Amino acid sequence: MIGLEDATVRFGSRIIIEALSFSVPVGRTLAILGPNGRGKTTTLKAMLGFQRLDDGRRVAPDIVGYVPQTGTSNQRYRALDVAVMGRAAHLGIFGQPGPEDFRIAHSALERAGAARFADHYFDRLSGGERQLVLLARAIATGSQVLVLDEPAAALDLHNQERLLALLNTLRQPRDKAIVFTTHDPNHALSTADDALLMMPDGQPPLFGPVAETITPEHLESLYGVPMRVVELAGPSGETHRAVLPAFAGIRAA
Amino acid sequence: MAALTQDETAPMVRRAHLARQTLVFAGLLALFAVAFVVSLCVGRFSVPATRALELIWLGATDPWRELTTIDERIVLLVRAPRVVLAALAGAGLALSGAALQGVFRNPLVSPDILGISQGAAFGGALGIMLGVWGFPLISMVFISGMAAVILVGLISRINGRSETITVILSGLVVSSMFSAVVSLLQFVADPNTSLPAIVYWLMGSFATATWERTLIAAPGLIIGGVLLWMLRFRLNILSLDESEAQSLGAKTNRERWMVFGLIAVIVGSQVAVSGIIGWIGIVIPHACRLLVGHDHRALLPASVVLGAGFMVIIDTLARTATAAEIPLGVITALVGAPIFAMLLRNHYRERNGS
Repeated sequence: MIGLEDATVRFGSRIIIEALSFSVPVGRTLAILGPNGRGKTTTLKAMLGFQRLDDGRRVAPDIVGYVPQTGTSNQRYRALDVAVMGRAAHLGIFGQPGPEDFRIAHSALERAGAARFADHYFDRLSGGERQLVLLARAIATGSQVLVLDEPAAALDLHNQERLLALLNTLRQPRDKAIVFTTHDPNHALSTADDALLMMPDGQPPLFGPVAETITPEHLESLYGVPMRVVELAGPSGETHRAVLPAFAGIRAA
Repeated sequence: MAALTQDETAPMVRRAHLARQTLVFAGLLALFAVAFVVSLCVGRFSVPATRALELIWLGATDPWRELTTIDERIVLLVRAPRVVLAALAGAGLALSGAALQGVFRNPLVSPDILGISQGAAFGGALGIMLGVWGFPLISMVFISGMAAVILVGLISRINGRSETITVILSGLVVSSMFSAVVSLLQFVADPNTSLPAIVYWLMGSFATATWERTLIAAPGLIIGGVLLWMLRFRLNILSLDESEAQSLGAKTNRERWMVFGLIAVIVGSQVAVSGIIGWIGIVIPHACRLLVGHDHRALLPASVVLGAGFMVIIDTLARTATAAEIPLGVITALVGAPIFAMLLRNHYRERNGS
């Protein structure tokens, strides 16, 4: 379980988040939605303990599986060696990873769909591939909590689909609390149970199940753009909801 | 099909990697062994290699034996302590450089950057001027080296944490402060007695090596080195971005200062007995990164072996190339500066290219 209780963060006199409370129990997935500059990243940092809270409390396990947007790439490590770093917390400061840790790292790479480049150098991988390796490292920590910072921001549509499918397979066993930030409400609809909407102009953020929070009215005030929710037939006949901004479908004059 | 070929190639890739690493380490060890023996043989009085090996064997099996013949005395009392000290110092400096570059995530920093060398130089120059010798001199060097690091720590710690860039700049500030004081000491030193001693010592040399001095420097170099080596996997973690390292459970600030402390112990011990020797800490780790990769689990041992071998070679050149001894600092700078310039250009070309 991970979350914040009445958390407030100020930068000088500017209030970034105020009295923010939410929690993500094991088995649920939370999407943090909002345009840039509304405190998505600050909220994420606060959850991870990188951002000092001016008020309130952080609830989190000792080790949180954190997937940064881009990993450090000025050191040349193999992907497997990056994944095995997830074991660091279990090894202590003088510890060395043993065969068991490498086995765990390897199965984490498999779960993240990154096993095929286990022996490649991390800094030579593409952005999408790096992200999978970082996800494997987060899985290898063994933490019940995964926090992903803008996992889909730098990906093309094909890789976005693969990432969302991957997140769904990680979500399926319901043995982890997963949190990710995103610009796109469709990501929340397809892979999250709950959503946290970072509303504008000092309105309190909206937190609740996706079905209640991802509505045209809420999204409209969230993004300042008229929104439409459309129902689409899925591949196996069931209907899916999708969100489109009002400008979608308008033909260029 | 794809999965099948991957299952077949992955162990092969790994085996090829392992074979390559083994080969590189064997080569480095061979280089060190050859340098060690050659250094015992050559000099004003040359000794055949077989005789040198025989003498090492005799010296190792029965260290308290009476040394009678001239070649015995030269090899075991003059050259052996010097070669051992050079090897230890080179290994320590290269190891410190590799660890420091990892912690700073920057391949261009070196142990001098924390102000340790200049701080230690101040202690040494002061000691020589006051006419202090032996163990008290070494303690003074050591204490002032540590003082420099602590000073850097105090200056760079702002709002409870120290940023990488402030540490580097504080190191620069402390370094230039200490080197100004060293210049002042040189200015007031007696030109007939203490000034030449200070100048020569500042340029670095193993000429004064004896078993006693080697034994004084060895504990710091070995203990600091072993502890750094034990931190090799942790250094991989500390080489990541701050937030990544913290999310993996590292107390980055505290652990980084622990690494600095160990480096201060190593560099302080080295400067105390052989003066300031630059460049080793930057050139050797870079060469090792090219040979064995960036993973500190391979980089640290490779740096130790190559650093030791390189320093022995440089020291042998220093005492045999000309009739008089060339100061070590001169040779390491002549070799190191061009390599560093190349490294600097490649580093930024790569960064701008990607």
